[in-house]
Amino acid sequence: MELKTKISAENGKQDLLITREFDLPLELLFKAHEEADIVEQVMGTKVLKLENKKFGGYQLETKDGKGNVVFQANGVIHEFIPNKKITRTFEMGNTPFGVQLEVYEFEKLTDETSKLNVHVIYESVAQRDQVLKLPFAQGLNMAHDRIQEIVGKLK
Amino acid sequence: MNLRRDVFQAIADPTRRAILLLLATQSMTAGAIASNFDTARPTVSKHLQILTQCELLKQKQEGRENYYQINAKKMKEVADFIEPFRKMWDDRFNKLETIMKKYKTKK
Repeated sequence: MELKTKISAENGKQDLLITREFDLPLELLFKAHEEADIVEQVMGTKVLKLENKKFGGYQLETKDGKGNVVFQANGVIHEFIPNKKITRTFEMGNTPFGVQLEVYEFEKLTDETSKLNVHVIYESVAQRDQVLKLPFAQGLNMAHDRIQEIVGKLK
Repeated sequence: MNLRRDVFQAIADPTRRAILLLLATQSMTAGAIASNFDTARPTVSKHLQILTQCELLKQKQEGRENYYQINAKKMKEVADFIEPFRKMWDDRFNKLETIMKKYKTKK
């Protein structure tokens, strides 16, 4: 089966391109990036602020059961063209990963399908590779948890 | 069985995982690696030894300095470690598609 989401990241470059075709009309694909309550569902985080306009900004936050903030992200919106394009910055709070520039381009394929291109530009090659490795590192953590689980059962 | 040489054993330790992440984008001397941890230097050396034994790290001599680096063969290239990142976006987009399909039928 062909992969639905494709990532193109060349060695030694500080950007990457994410592409995905959706079984959704263009308007619905765009709406999912525009309405705070849908963004909340997709991202699994609270949306504190989402100003969809030039000079606007956004703020995301996730708290654990005890009220501690476990994830925080924010950015500014540079360009907001409905059903076409969103240009924004993205910064994750309390991390050394800096600020990244994100360009979302929405494309109509047919009446019922659409395509999203996300071009992400990082501050440096090293920073891009570090961010790319984040889920990989979490995978290592998960491998560790599984080992502990298995070892725990052996006891 | 020599557990020391087992990759899973090697990554089961948080300090060793941190070392792998640290070396993900650059090669470093043992001293430079140790300076990132509160742990005693001999402990860090021990971790480096284990990671080297199971071939996750390799050493490279440069002048008088001995640098540690990720063993590309074992850890593989960008193309391989990118898969979890791709999967993360794929999951997010799948969710978006499901949510919006329901949204459509609601209207």
